[in-house]
Amino acid sequence: MDLITELTIFVLAAFVGFEVISKVPTTLHTPLMSQTNAIHGIVMLGGLIVVGYADDGLEYAIGTIAIAFGAINIVGGFMVTDRMLGMFSRKPKPKAGEGES
Amino acid sequence: MSFAVLEPGGDAATALYIVSFSLFIIGVRRGTHPTTAKQGNLIAAVGMAIAVATTLLLDGIGNWGVIFGALALGSAIGVVASLRVQMTEMPQMVALYNGVGGGAVALIAWAEIRHGISLGHEIPLDTLIPVLFSAVVGSISFWGSNIAFAKLQDLIPTRPLAVPGQQVINALLLIGIVVACVNIAINNDDPSQAVFIGILIAAALLGNLVVLPIGGADMPVVISLLNAFTGLAAAAAGFALDNVALIVAGTLVGSSGTILTLEMATAMNRSVANILFAGFGGAPSGGGAATEERPHISIGAQDAAIKLAYADSVVIVPGYGLAVAQAQHAIKEVADELEQRGVTVSYAIHPVAGRMPGHMNVLLAEADVPYEQLREMEEINPELPRTDVCVVVGANDVTNPAAKNDPDSPIAGMPIIEVSEAQQVIVIKRSLSPGFAGIDNDLFYEPNTSMLFADAKQAAADIASEISQL
Repeated sequence: MDLITELTIFVLAAFVGFEVISKVPTTLHTPLMSQTNAIHGIVMLGGLIVVGYADDGLEYAIGTIAIAFGAINIVGGFMVTDRMLGMFSRKPKPKAGEGES
Repeated sequence: MSFAVLEPGGDAATALYIVSFSLFIIGVRRGTHPTTAKQGNLIAAVGMAIAVATTLLLDGIGNWGVIFGALALGSAIGVVASLRVQMTEMPQMVALYNGVGGGAVALIAWAEIRHGISLGHEIPLDTLIPVLFSAVVGSISFWGSNIAFAKLQDLIPTRPLAVPGQQVINALLLIGIVVACVNIAINNDDPSQAVFIGILIAAALLGNLVVLPIGGADMPVVISLLNAFTGLAAAAAGFALDNVALIVAGTLVGSSGTILTLEMATAMNRSVANILFAGFGGAPSGGGAATEERPHISIGAQDAAIKLAYADSVVIVPGYGLAVAQAQHAIKEVADELEQRGVTVSYAIHPVAGRMPGHMNVLLAEADVPYEQLREMEEINPELPRTDVCVVVGANDVTNPAAKNDPDSPIAGMPIIEVSEAQQVIVIKRSLSPGFAGIDNDLFYEPNTSMLFADAKQAAADIASEISQL
């Protein structure tokens, strides 16, 4: 891919990003951040490529750490976002068994 | 061994990457409402799975043992962390995730440079420049985020730590980094790996030095900014690796971080540069004792309960102090008691009420406060004059009418929740001490304000039990 094509993609993606993200309400900004944490975990692909074609010790080491870091981002990010969003969508539970008030 | 299905950089692989980034965009798009956001998160996760699978199927990828070992290790850490983290600790977690993301980008950039040097011929500038960019920004983000994490976790003092000659050192580091990058770009037929490692180290120092002097109250801006940095570093890595999924995903994250940074700065009425370089947030508030005692009204839990129970509408204004005291569940009990008596209850949330964007909303959602009751500042302010009682819990500067009335105040112009407009105000606070901005809050001395001096959690529990006995 040539540089100009990549720049075109970058600029269009920036416009789409601003458009989409400015519609996310303030209330959901924390889950948005943890979700974008998960999405930037995509740098793990770079680590996979480094290790996948590695042929010296340092390359293995660098790539392994990059993969592990990326996987923390992806797995941890998506899971914690799911957990948080569950709190927003769950219905108020009736107070079972408490004879108070 | 290799599955050898997809040609690297070929049409099939690129098409799958396009599917993957489309799912990211759809996923974030669904995040605009809580009822669809959970599904959106899942869609984005599917997009990620496709991107990872595509990469693993590239022709020539091997070393499966190492790859799956690293994947298993990272995933295990991610699972445990996501299940264990407390909602009050979300800012730390996001800071750490920004950090590891930035660290991964910097490492990949290093591997790319080594790879380029080992090939022995000229590295094209359209690869080299993005590599250098991602190395610098990734390294700054890694170290800056680690410092932010350490501050939020109270491992190092949250007050601004000033280094003498800070600005000069930062400027010199930045110039050094730029000069070294130019040096590598000029010698792109045989760049020096030592210079590259020097760049990584200088960027690491810069990341440390920029975040160290920033106070705890400014953390929402810092976290958002580092989030944007990590995203842009990932996008740059995408340029270097010719990978569209990385470019689009990184740009998406970069836009998100940028929007949040600007929103947070607006909510504090300060420029991003001022926050990063002025060391204002968390300024020592020791001057409090010097001011003379001003008259104020002090009440107990019972009086507060009576005021609340006989009101028609109550607005609760939570601040970070509520999170520190873990009082969100106790406050929810007060709200429940009031609602049983037919009082309308809502929560007015200032954009910087927590330690990261939207933090307070998550804390209240965790305490089962319905989404509909969480109201944004602009939305609730016009309703406050018609509100019978405002309860301020653990919030201070964001309610200070001086921001509106006193043009000489340090916080003049900062958007506030205009609680002093309400018929009556109850402030639950330990003392009259000033907040992060280090200035007296005029709200405390208004004739319609009553102060309830207590720990937020204890006070809320007392008020709830008093109301139930009325």
